Amino acid sequence: MAQILLKDLYKTYGETPAVRGINLTIDENEFVVLVGPSGCGKTTTLRMIAGLEHITDGEIYIGERLINDVPPRDRDIAMVFQNYALYPHMTVHENMSFGLRLRKLPKDEIQRRVKEAADILDIGELLARRPKQLSGGQRQRVAMGRAIVRNPEAFLFDEPLSNLDAKLRVQMRTEIKLIHQRVRTTVVYVTHDQVEAMTLADRIVVMNDGIVEQVASPQEMYDNPSTRFVAGFIGSPSMNFLPCKLTGNGSGLSVILSDGIRLNVPADREGRYRDYLDRDLTFGIRPEHLTEQRQHTNADQQDFSCQVGVLEPMGIDTMVFMNIEGEDVCARAAPKSVKNPGEDMLFTIDMQNMHLIDPGTDKVL
Amino acid sequence: MSTSALVGETYRRRLIVFYIPLFLFVFAMLFPFFWMLITSIKTDAELYNRRISPFLVRDPTLEHWRMLFQDTLFLQWTWNTLWVATVSTGISLFAGVLGGYALARLTFRGSTVFSVWIFITYLVPPALLFIPLTGVMSFFGLVDSRVSLMFAYPTFLVPFCIWLLIGYFQTIPKELEECARIDGATRVQAMVKIVLPLAVPGILSAGIFAFTLSWNEFLYALVFLSSPENKTVPVGVTGELILGDVFFWGPLMAGALFGSVPVAIVYSFFVEHYVSGMTGAVKG
Repeated sequence: MAQILLKDLYKTYGETPAVRGINLTIDENEFVVLVGPSGCGKTTTLRMIAGLEHITDGEIYIGERLINDVPPRDRDIAMVFQNYALYPHMTVHENMSFGLRLRKLPKDEIQRRVKEAADILDIGELLARRPKQLSGGQRQRVAMGRAIVRNPEAFLFDEPLSNLDAKLRVQMRTEIKLIHQRVRTTVVYVTHDQVEAMTLADRIVVMNDGIVEQVASPQEMYDNPSTRFVAGFIGSPSMNFLPCKLTGNGSGLSVILSDGIRLNVPADREGRYRDYLDRDLTFGIRPEHLTEQRQHTNADQQDFSCQVGVLEPMGIDTMVFMNIEGEDVCARAAPKSVKNPGEDMLFTIDMQNMHLIDPGTDKVL
Repeated sequence: MSTSALVGETYRRRLIVFYIPLFLFVFAMLFPFFWMLITSIKTDAELYNRRISPFLVRDPTLEHWRMLFQDTLFLQWTWNTLWVATVSTGISLFAGVLGGYALARLTFRGSTVFSVWIFITYLVPPALLFIPLTGVMSFFGLVDSRVSLMFAYPTFLVPFCIWLLIGYFQTIPKELEECARIDGATRVQAMVKIVLPLAVPGILSAGIFAFTLSWNEFLYALVFLSSPENKTVPVGVTGELILGDVFFWGPLMAGALFGSVPVAIVYSFFVEHYVSGMTGAVKG
């Protein structure tokens, strides 16, 4: 159980940069999820921590130890791979005990640890089987068991759920969280699925194009994204982005989305935005903060009218798509309140959850 | 269409697309063995009598077999062949496993070019190489020695084994080794404990091929060996049982038949591994 420290980490393949300067501290026993689109460098970063990729520049510490040149086997970490990487010619028991046998632990100690891990994962009756005879979920468990018996300083997970079907994925997600609560240890978990990131992480690291966009707790990430990329990546369906103009309206500020839609900025944000007066900006609002017309619960909720485009019923809510000045905008409305496509409908927008983005820097203001 | 007609239809189809071609194939494969067998047990009088059916044996005899084993050094040749084939297969597999693993797994500067060059060396015909190789062998004082073949055969077996094993190693997921290395194995341990056990079908295929190729090899054996007691089966049989234009057909066929037995045994032993080796695929 150790802290992991990444310092100015770089990785290039030939001329192509994969990771461009990452600084990150992962605390003891913390569950950190690296998330981002494919090719963002998250797996490369994980593999550098594991020692499977050479580090082009920068430093990695596990605990107090600089491990740049330490071979994988001496880093005292365990890794769960996307395809589980179970040794096909060994039984489950042999798979789990492989690392312990290599370290020449006494036999009874190996037995005890394998049994303990098997109990935690509820795979006691599978120990004599070979990987071929296991289902996807069972293989996943064995792969985790193999990591747990090692009792390492840190667990690394490389998209461990992406080979499972949707239902099992949700189930295993809960299980991973449960196991982390029981086996307290430092976890670095890589995924491209923002839902997995939100549900599992103590802290999320959003990566894009080889750099870290933002590091924050899931809720903080959702409430206060720092860049347009994070704002769009976290949350499903993703945030709506619209070009807008910030103007003064006598006493306060407003954003103008179109000729008909002019919305007042909450009074407590005025200080933050005043420097950007009369600039062209990007307005961001999540679908869940744009609903059918409702009773206002705070002064910053405002109504506007727009023509309904396409409807996507989800059961609990219906996604209403409309077009504002050429941009598709998605609202999340109660199914019974929804008008037919082509008709005008009244929406309520909660401006307390609005975001303004500088299109020049893509930073959230 | 009635059910019985339908059954008749599928049966006819299977007969045409499956059983008849299969029969022709089996016939073509086995007929030479049949021919060798009956020729080796006919008397000379029967062999050269053109008025009787050549497919029947009227008066079987073991005379040719006796001659093969007693009047020639056939057993010595068999022993020589076995010895040479085993050693050169061993050398080639050792080099092939290491080379194939390195080229499949380690990325070093020029590794792709290197593997292509290995393939090209395999394409160089032995008929071109035997002249310079003779010079090499005489330089090392190995002419007319079985050791010369043990060094000569790997010149074409090693590239062959490497090439076959590169392909096989590439079918074994890289993550297995990476996982083993994180679990606490060195690169060599990961190779020995994880990759090699999974590569057994591929290694067996390469070994069977190498063994067969060296067992049947003719040119180098003909050029490098001259004393009768050093010869291998193909060279011994053709060299000592064809004198000028006299063919000793009986012992020749007996030798050919006996000489193909070890290879057949090796094949039948490993046929299952061999098939999966050629089709690849290790499932995780």
